[in-house]
Amino acid sequence: MSIIYILWLRQLKRYRRSRARIFASLAQPLLFLFAIGFGFGPTYQKAGNGNYIQFLVPGIVAMAVLFSAVFSGIEILWDRQFGFLKETLVAPVPRIYIVLGRTLGAATVAMIQGLVVFTVCLLAGFHIQNYGLLPVAAAFMFLIAMLFTAFGTTIGSLVEDMQAFPLIMNFLVMPMFFFSGALFPVKDLGAILNGVLRLNPLTYGVDGLRGALTHEFVFGIGPDFVLLGLATAILLVVGNYFFSKIEV
Amino acid sequence: MTQNKVIVAHNLVKTFKDFRAVDDVSFEVEGGKIFGFLGPNGAGKTTTIKMLTTTLAPTQGTILLDGHDPQRAPLAARRSFGIVFQDPSLDGELTAGENMKLHAVLYGVPRSEQAGRIETALKFVGLWDRKDGFAKTFSGGMKRRLEIARALLHTPRILFLDEPTLGLDPQTRNHVWEYIQTLARERQMTVFFTTHYMDEADRVADEIAIIDRGKIVARGSPEDLKKNAGAATLEEAFISLTGHAIRDEEASPRDRTRTMARMWGRT
Repeated sequence: MSIIYILWLRQLKRYRRSRARIFASLAQPLLFLFAIGFGFGPTYQKAGNGNYIQFLVPGIVAMAVLFSAVFSGIEILWDRQFGFLKETLVAPVPRIYIVLGRTLGAATVAMIQGLVVFTVCLLAGFHIQNYGLLPVAAAFMFLIAMLFTAFGTTIGSLVEDMQAFPLIMNFLVMPMFFFSGALFPVKDLGAILNGVLRLNPLTYGVDGLRGALTHEFVFGIGPDFVLLGLATAILLVVGNYFFSKIEV
Repeated sequence: MTQNKVIVAHNLVKTFKDFRAVDDVSFEVEGGKIFGFLGPNGAGKTTTIKMLTTTLAPTQGTILLDGHDPQRAPLAARRSFGIVFQDPSLDGELTAGENMKLHAVLYGVPRSEQAGRIETALKFVGLWDRKDGFAKTFSGGMKRRLEIARALLHTPRILFLDEPTLGLDPQTRNHVWEYIQTLARERQMTVFFTTHYMDEADRVADEIAIIDRGKIVARGSPEDLKKNAGAATLEEAFISLTGHAIRDEEASPRDRTRTMARMWGRT
């Protein structure tokens, strides 16, 4: 327990101390909020879909959590090559504790990032429909955070080269964000795009978060929770497996 | 007396695809001795250290660290040694004290003893007054000293040092070796190190093994090695044993990342 705690604490300390990173990782979601949110808002409204900011904000919060979580997971790449990872890997500790400590720490950081972005969204005019569902929204955020930290851990354990980082961002993370229903409604899409979205676990995270904040569910809270939870569990197992295979 | 053999490696083999990186290597190190493991680049030094320190499984052969087999009982084997890696392995975003504390928790040092041991270890390497400084602000020599202090926290019987003085100035190098010799003498700690500086090995090692192309080509005290090779210095003996050819190593992703990290100022 103390091992998981101290590794969790390490992630939080690192986060608190890297102001540049906090700032940089908030910039992107807020850019999307203001440029896309206020840019497409009038068109969205004219098409009869209602207030775009109300629609977009859960997607933007999911985005903040997603990027922060993946990034933290991939930090293993840094830690692995020279830094600190060797120190933890030769410690007399089963690796699952190390994975759990790291993952919980990184997911907590991702949650905080999401909450900061959410606060800015509230200031920008977002209305919470039902305050009673806020804990549900937080639960969805946490699941997204865990899922994508585990995803990042998997990538970070498999890839050895920092050069692969832009590839991962452009070919895995960005598409996952764009095809998640974060930016546009799922219900009016064609069959192919709809199928793609349904294969993406983030879709259920965004849907759950949006439903909890604005009552606009597509799949329903139950299916969202089960599918997202299942994907998270699978990736935690996969991430732990590949992490335990790392040779330094 | 096998009791006093703190490190035992028996017929170690490690193959990567069809390349035999370590080819039937055997040696024993007695408790309290300083053992130098020398060899040109790519000779199999690092692979051997990795197998000894549980991060790589041998293809064949057995290892005993203070009586523990790293494959069968990795956690017990890991508790028996401390290691200073070739590359810095500190968390630069944490302070010296926090790096120490983390190590203490990872190695299960009892809570009531943590503060005292951290203080003793940091004082030993002269970094107690810098305990609240971030590791990333430390010079190369200070990082090395901090890593040595950290490796001592759980009072291991064995200390592995992979090129501990690489990139340090002569003053710092002398300091580092003084600490290490003190440890071997006063705490009966067994030290296993690699280095490319032959004069250092000559000065501090009780025993030396020279490995080349995966095989041990010579073993003995520095005096024996010089005498057998008819050489005046250990460096001459080393070159007469391993030849003049320069060994090329391919740059691995790790080397490239290292270069990048330096560029980004992360190490």
